Amino acid sequence: MSTWDNNPVLKVEHLTMRFGGLTAVGDLSFNVGRGDITALIGPNGAGKTTVFNCITGFYKPTEGRLVMNRSNGEKHLLERKPDFKITAEAKVARTFQNIRLFGGMTILENLMVAQHNPLMVASNWTIGGLLGLGGYKKSNVDAIETAKYWLERIDLIDRADAPAADLSYGDQRRLEIARAMCTGPELLCLDEPAAGLNPKESLELNTLLQYIRKEHDTSVLLIEHDMSVVMEISDHVVVLDYGVKISDGTPEFVKNDPHVIAAYLGVEDDEVDQVEEEVGIV
Amino acid sequence: MQARQRDSLLVASLKDSLGGAVITFALACVMVGLKVDVASGRGAELFLEHRWLAVATAVIVVFAGRFLLNMFFWKREDAPSIGISGFLPKGGLGTGSANMLKYGMLVLAVVLPFALMFWLGSRGSRQYIDLAILVLTYVMLGWGLNIVVGLAGLLDLGYVAFYAVGAYSYALLAHYFGFSFWICLPLAGILAAFWGIILGFPVLRLRGDYLAIVTLAFGEIIRVVLLNWYEFTGGPDGLSGIPRPSFFGLEFTRGEGGFADFFGLKYNSIHRIIFLYYLIFIMAMVTNFVTMRLRRMPIGRAWEALREDEIACRALGINTTNTKLTAFALGAMFGGFAGSFFATRQGFISPESFTFLESAIILAIVVLGGLGSQMGVVIAAVVMIGGFEFFREFEEYRMLVFGLIMVVIMVWKPRGLVSSRTPSVALSKNAKGISADLVQEGHG
Ligand SMILES: Nc1ncnc2c1ncn2[C@@H]1O[C@H](COP(=O)(O)OP(=O)(O)OP(=O)(O)O)[C@@H](O)[C@H]1O
Ligand SMILES: [Mg+2]
Repeated sequence: MSTWDNNPVLKVEHLTMRFGGLTAVGDLSFNVGRGDITALIGPNGAGKTTVFNCITGFYKPTEGRLVMNRSNGEKHLLERKPDFKITAEAKVARTFQNIRLFGGMTILENLMVAQHNPLMVASNWTIGGLLGLGGYKKSNVDAIETAKYWLERIDLIDRADAPAADLSYGDQRRLEIARAMCTGPELLCLDEPAAGLNPKESLELNTLLQYIRKEHDTSVLLIEHDMSVVMEISDHVVVLDYGVKISDGTPEFVKNDPHVIAAYLGVEDDEVDQVEEEVGIV
Repeated sequence: MQARQRDSLLVASLKDSLGGAVITFALACVMVGLKVDVASGRGAELFLEHRWLAVATAVIVVFAGRFLLNMFFWKREDAPSIGISGFLPKGGLGTGSANMLKYGMLVLAVVLPFALMFWLGSRGSRQYIDLAILVLTYVMLGWGLNIVVGLAGLLDLGYVAFYAVGAYSYALLAHYFGFSFWICLPLAGILAAFWGIILGFPVLRLRGDYLAIVTLAFGEIIRVVLLNWYEFTGGPDGLSGIPRPSFFGLEFTRGEGGFADFFGLKYNSIHRIIFLYYLIFIMAMVTNFVTMRLRRMPIGRAWEALREDEIACRALGINTTNTKLTAFALGAMFGGFAGSFFATRQGFISPESFTFLESAIILAIVVLGGLGSQMGVVIAAVVMIGGFEFFREFEEYRMLVFGLIMVVIMVWKPRGLVSSRTPSVALSKNAKGISADLVQEGHG
């Protein structure tokens, strides 16, 4: 019994996703521990993004259950919710493998859009805000403060009024994370956040993720190819290959699991020793 | 050094404005200077009228206008080449000059009827005020459609349906229940919004081309229903005798209790025209005001975010269906308001006024003006509707010219005339506009 099984924020139970004849994810079960950074790794096409899409409601799973346990005791069955409610009610936020910012809007606007739901309530679904009633003005100021807070965290405060499309790739990645954080999530799902970053940016990303986990009671589930990132920051690693879980444990455990090595080297399990010898890993 | 620069600017500007004036003269000689008319007195004889004064005015206006623009606005080191691109500044307008243009236009719009009256007298100005009313109607329609197409990025080819719903709502309510314009105006807007929602529910699941085709079909369906439901709508005969609006209960009629009588003026039919002008002006300004305010509110930002990336919106917890529906309903509502104004102005409506061509013109105004730009819509409406009416004499050629202009503008400024987006919220006071190249057009 590992720590992440005691009080998981998300329980994935027997998740299966089929596209026609192709089983992208097959009978996958794992837990995401509260307050942990959990990494989901696997070779290309293993089905990692598909798992994310199921968790965040973009795909309806063929089978299985996804239970989100919020810190206030609410339980949400994610497979039954439409995508936008998963963010709004179950408090799961995500980023995308191919960055999806609102490129024609400013950086500040991107972060304001992320606070849409509380602002809509504060503006009495626009009517109050339009007439200048209620606390909309104050909520608006608060929302800008939240945005500024995150802009300082990701070091983009000076460029707040620049269009998001003008940012460099690394900045865009960080902005997307900040935008997801502006929805006030309890579980943050990041699809390859370090892809295309240089070593310095990668380091900054680690710091940011550690900060988010520590200061915001947000658990992080991330997909990552870069093993150095995974080994350094994650508490728990789940390995997928061809949609099936082949390993699950601490980074140390996973690193030495022959199944994982076999999957990454692309050979059968019983040939692992032989191949390892050939390439000189042992 | 500075003086040298100023000198060369002066010379360049003079050269450029001279070029413009020559071209204007060449064009105006034939297009404005000569007019063939049917002599009313002497049977149906044709005769040629010369209007050299008008030609001179046109030439002087172009010369002076270009000269001033060259000197004070464009301030380009090299004189703008004589060509279409010379007529408008390259890139976006600066905030300063854009603001000046905005307030200039506003002041012009406020004083226009009285200025025209002053110059041309009540008889001569009537036709121009009428034209201004028409332009303003299209400005309002353009602003309404801008919410749907420009902000939310939903391509609606059947916008005229809501215009028709508004017009017929008023006409029918007045016809069957005897309601007055002021009661019908909000009702027409609400009914149009209601139809927007009814249509939106099934349709907004579609995206891009599919959405465009279905909205187009919906526009036609409304028209065909109006055409065929003879007992209720009068079919192709239309509805006539639609009541005119009153000024706080004062009718624009001759004699006792009328508007003129109440204010101790001499009765003149121009009063009503001027009243209609200010009515549509206020309605359009309300549309603009509401849109501009909504842009800075969460719902407006959600519309624009939707245009940029719908999937990202859903990942941020935005209910995209509802967001699209509000855009659709709101656009429809303003269309409905404009429709009831149209009905009361004309006093007669028939399905003929609500053909696909209307939708196309409104959409063209929005696209030419620059998607999402309020100022662009005004400029495009003035140019298109004004141009359309001014060149009425050319009959079928004007469609040709109109098409040509569209092609030229789309080649030269594919994102419309005013193609930069103002951020809805900014930390610094002088935040710059966002170049249109970065802004998405929406995909459904
Ligand atoms: N919408 C879809 N329809 C059909 N097949 C799909 C769909 N989405 C994913 N797949 C298939 O599912 C499999 C897993 O894809 P997925 O994108 O989840 O892989 P991944 O682990 O994220 O890979 P990568 O590391 O390259 O991002 C692939 O074979 C892919 O072709
Ligand atoms: Mg992937």
